[in-house]
Amino acid sequence: MKLIVDGHEAYAYTGGKPFDPALPCVVLIHGALNDHSVWTLLARWCAHHGYGVLAVDLPGHGRSAGLPLTRVEAIAAWLHRLLDVAGAQQATLVGHSMGSLIALEAAARASTLVMVGTAYPMKVSEALLATAREQPEAAMAMVTAFSHSLASAKPGYPGPGAWLRGGSMALMRRLQARQTAVNLFENDFQVCDRYTGGEAAAARVSCPVHFILGALDQMTSPKQNAVLGALLKPRVHTVPAGHALMAEAPDAVLAALRQALPAPGTPT
Amino acid sequence: MLSRQHSTQSPRLHPIENTMPGFDTLALHAGAVPDPGTGARATPLHLSTSFVFDNAEHAASLFNMERSGHVYSRLSNPTTAVFEERMAALDGGVGAIATASGQAALHLAIATLMGAGGHIVASTALYGGSHNLLHYTLRRFGIETTFVNPRDLDAWRAAIRPETRLLFGESLGNPGLDVLDIPAVSALAHDAGLPLLVDATFTTPYLQRPAELGADLVYHSATKFLCGHGTVVGGVLVDAGRFDWQVAHDASGRFATLCEPYDGFHGMVFAEESTVGAFLLRARREGLRDFGACMSPHTAWLMLQGLETLPLRMARHVANAQAVAEFLAAQPQVAGVSYPGLESHPDHALAQRLLPRGAGAVFSFDLKGSREQGRAFIESLKLFSHLANVGDAKSLVIHPASTTHFRMDDAALRQAGIGPGTIRLSIGLEDPADLIDDLKRALKAAAKSEPTA
Repeated sequence: MKLIVDGHEAYAYTGGKPFDPALPCVVLIHGALNDHSVWTLLARWCAHHGYGVLAVDLPGHGRSAGLPLTRVEAIAAWLHRLLDVAGAQQATLVGHSMGSLIALEAAARASTLVMVGTAYPMKVSEALLATAREQPEAAMAMVTAFSHSLASAKPGYPGPGAWLRGGSMALMRRLQARQTAVNLFENDFQVCDRYTGGEAAAARVSCPVHFILGALDQMTSPKQNAVLGALLKPRVHTVPAGHALMAEAPDAVLAALRQALPAPGTPT
Repeated sequence: MLSRQHSTQSPRLHPIENTMPGFDTLALHAGAVPDPGTGARATPLHLSTSFVFDNAEHAASLFNMERSGHVYSRLSNPTTAVFEERMAALDGGVGAIATASGQAALHLAIATLMGAGGHIVASTALYGGSHNLLHYTLRRFGIETTFVNPRDLDAWRAAIRPETRLLFGESLGNPGLDVLDIPAVSALAHDAGLPLLVDATFTTPYLQRPAELGADLVYHSATKFLCGHGTVVGGVLVDAGRFDWQVAHDASGRFATLCEPYDGFHGMVFAEESTVGAFLLRARREGLRDFGACMSPHTAWLMLQGLETLPLRMARHVANAQAVAEFLAAQPQVAGVSYPGLESHPDHALAQRLLPRGAGAVFSFDLKGSREQGRAFIESLKLFSHLANVGDAKSLVIHPASTTHFRMDDAALRQAGIGPGTIRLSIGLEDPADLIDDLKRALKAAAKSEPTA
């Protein structure tokens, strides 16, 4: 669905059913140089099991217009305005990687916070930042290699016959090509790298928190969660996958997410 | 309730290194790991039509694309999926669909993008079966094709109409091995907001990855070099994931099958469902579902056996082909050899640039003389098998004038680029000296059968 937020068209994939604000809302927030399509299986499951789903494209990403925002805080504020427009007061906020920091920062509106493939601080090495700036295609190959930890993850995402590394490369290429005003890859890495508000945001969180982590994650290692873990006291679900865990272990991520979701509603 | 392997957590994770594996490694490993249930190192052959559901909710969510998994082997199968993944990896795509034949792959590509009223611009240098489909059969279903000389970029451009949905050519064309200038043709396709489909049967991803040169969709008759042993018929269609259907549709309205709600799957808009995999989603969810030209898992298993040695075989195929082409080019009885690996071929320079590992192992040459001499030549060959196929490990030969094109008179043959003495060879993996000896013997026999013209 298309919404107007801050004067720009914002896109949210609703899981194959029209968004119903009367249902418990699930917001899915993608990571760096990604879009809503990393969530489609989970979004469809939620939409067909009694939830109103908004798998957003962040500003300047994919189908959402405008320039990409440069700080986690600004994106979280944008997300609040998007929820206002959609008519959702509260939501289960689910974020992957960069999106997990946005969910954390936006948690004032969260009934449950789910941080997927997360780490804090989410520092990006100077080498990777420079590569993203100067040779984005090479950086995409590096991120694709680091994000996939299984030789061959089954049953495949979005379905059998998909080559996950190829899909990851193609998605990053597409998003980078669609955003012609700035280097989106570098922008998103900077968003992750410069975020220092994690402790303060965590201190404000009062809702239940779940971490869904890839046991083999090489981008945001489960070991990098001590700070937030101590503050948020999350329930931790570890799935057998790397950083691209929604693609490498879709069933295991769904099983974990189901434990985090509130009771479903009855469609109106 | 029995729980299926893919819906439970595997005890063996098989983590990989932090680099994208190289081509030869992908040919052996992409899409497969030792079977978690049994430890079997070879990919198991899952000869099963269907796959049990954990429960009713699981069943419904699989049907509704809320989960990934196998339901019924017309749509997907665990063995076939390994072959699909491996081909997507080798071709640099986002995924692939295995089909009953190369023809089925071509039909699936077209049927996914258009219906009656659609239009294709295609190279004239096509396999006869593809030409039949486009020129006769699809015309009956309301899909028109304009054929253009693949070397004439202006002709490609001029043939594009508002209803055009696809440009199509072969990486190495039939029968003269015209080298498709994929960077140039894809650039003009993209300028017009159209995708380029390439039949890469003669090249395989070992010799050329069309997606990296600008092609958007690639298909193979996997029957040939991918299988490699002349055992099974199959095809595979790979999506490079690079064509932005939505942007093209917003500009032209051409790609409604991917960018507008599809009534046949609950109003799904495939381009929203998958940013880079929309084409394959529709091709599987509609084309495989409804036309049903799927690959048998048994075939996929044999294809996987073939792919394991693809790099080794292709290197030998092209080395042998070059040696045989050079030998034939030096024979006084031979009027010409049409092989881009030879300087005499009009696309030699293009082949050096686009096919640096070799220009394939199927080519034609012209024997001076009559149809009778062509026949005598073929009948005298001992190692080359006389049959209608290419891409076998064994060397093959056919004489179009007395077989595939026997109804044509000499004038009609000339128009098709075939002479009465045109012989097509598919060079196999034998010792090249033995192949050359066999050809020498047959040339002598042809000379004796009737004086050369």
